[in-house]
Amino acid sequence: MIELNKDNFEAEVTNYTDKHVLVDYWSDGCDVCVELMPDVHKLEAKYADKIKFASLNIKGARRLAIGQKVMGLPAMIIYSKGQEVGRISPDEIDENIDNIDGFIASFYKNL
Amino acid sequence: MEKIYDTIIIGGGPGGLSAAIYAARSKMKTLVIEQKRKTGGQAATTYEMENYPGFPSASGPEIMDKFREHCDKFGVEFARGKVERIEQLEDGFLKKVITKDDEFTTKTIIVGTGAEPRVLGIPGENTFRGKGVSYCATCDGDFYEDLDIVVVGNGNTAVEESMYLTKFVNKITMIVIHDEGTMDADKAAQEQIKENCKIEYIWNSTVAAINGDEMVDHVMIKNIKTNEVTKLDCDGVFMFVGTVPRTDFLEGLVDLNPQKYIKINERMETNVPGIFACGDVTNKMLRQVVTAASDGAIAAVVAEKYIEEEENWEKNVLKCGKPALVAFWSPINSASLDAITNLEKLHAGSTDTKLVKIDAYKFQRIANRYGVSDIPTILRIEDGQVKNRITAENMKELEKII
Repeated sequence: MIELNKDNFEAEVTNYTDKHVLVDYWSDGCDVCVELMPDVHKLEAKYADKIKFASLNIKGARRLAIGQKVMGLPAMIIYSKGQEVGRISPDEIDENIDNIDGFIASFYKNL
Repeated sequence: MEKIYDTIIIGGGPGGLSAAIYAARSKMKTLVIEQKRKTGGQAATTYEMENYPGFPSASGPEIMDKFREHCDKFGVEFARGKVERIEQLEDGFLKKVITKDDEFTTKTIIVGTGAEPRVLGIPGENTFRGKGVSYCATCDGDFYEDLDIVVVGNGNTAVEESMYLTKFVNKITMIVIHDEGTMDADKAAQEQIKENCKIEYIWNSTVAAINGDEMVDHVMIKNIKTNEVTKLDCDGVFMFVGTVPRTDFLEGLVDLNPQKYIKINERMETNVPGIFACGDVTNKMLRQVVTAASDGAIAAVVAEKYIEEEENWEKNVLKCGKPALVAFWSPINSASLDAITNLEKLHAGSTDTKLVKIDAYKFQRIANRYGVSDIPTILRIEDGQVKNRITAENMKELEKII
């Protein structure tokens, strides 16, 4: 899982073209995000061949996150060639890793 | 052999954890099933908590960590999962608790699943979720540094979370449905918030719609007295308009009130024998950590009594191998003491029947099941059926039934 920040976001997400990229938006204050994180790491092993996993702590990268139209946590966006192609919002995640798994799987099967 | 729990507690909030502490401490085999990785329920994400007795300055998460530590000390087991349904087994005593990946068997169940924030269903509320509409201050507060937000609601949660959000935001406008100066929050909370210069109020109003392009840009505020609608620019909307109980999995099994809270009596019993409930999920007046903890303690003690009562009845009356003479008595009822003494005298030396004494006050459930309203009452039970019933009125017939 790549740790994103203001400096590497462009290279790792916006200008990255090799694979799809999943960005896990989180912050230390978001207990649900922290709780889900270990399971998201496990999903990485399952999907890493076709999807690159990355996370962005919005602390210190708030404007960057808002620029990606993220204003609620936890949120995950899948990018293809720098463009958003899918997103799962806090209510869709519903604190449940299975919903995240389903979201990623629906992209993975068409890759 | 399959593992049978004495009690399974569904939900690891303050109510469930308190029930677990009481149950495990009295040597019941206890399992807590919690959906989340971290126990503590809503209290675990409530930083401002000033009213849990004995902890004047600890936060919600700190107190909940202590609850968990206390459970671990007494050997409470924990499992992670979302309970999908409960099944009553044929014997009417054991129950199955079913999660997506697992099944557990238990003698009693204590439901402490709590409640979750209410979604009002305002136009735009769902569209902008995660893009400016939030239900969790600690999750999303960071985004709103120096921005202007609207808070909908005026209860304790709305006030406490607004106080927390003023650490980040430029300005909060609270939309209050009541007349000027009237809020649902308690007085202490109201006084605190009044001193906060970052918070402004719009009274007699509700949010009619949340609007924006891709992110929240403004809300439409409706004055409920004049019906006038005005536009208010903001970057986010936090909704704190009460909670709804998590009882979907109980529908059709346990009696719920019209708002879907579990109906309980003062012993935390639901309408289903062996299923109890505690905390925010119940139909109660005050939903606090301290009241949930109290409910949990009661539920665990009553559950323990329930098991004792049922197992004792099963073993000594229904499956004792001969007719049973059951005497319902009470230590504070002198007539019943006399009747017991008399009965014991008459029964001495007899081996055809078994004499069983039941404290009708302590074991009300059994007394009620057999319609025992007067004490003393003596029943002759054969093959699970009541053959004779002796009360004060026909006490002279006592000899006959022996």
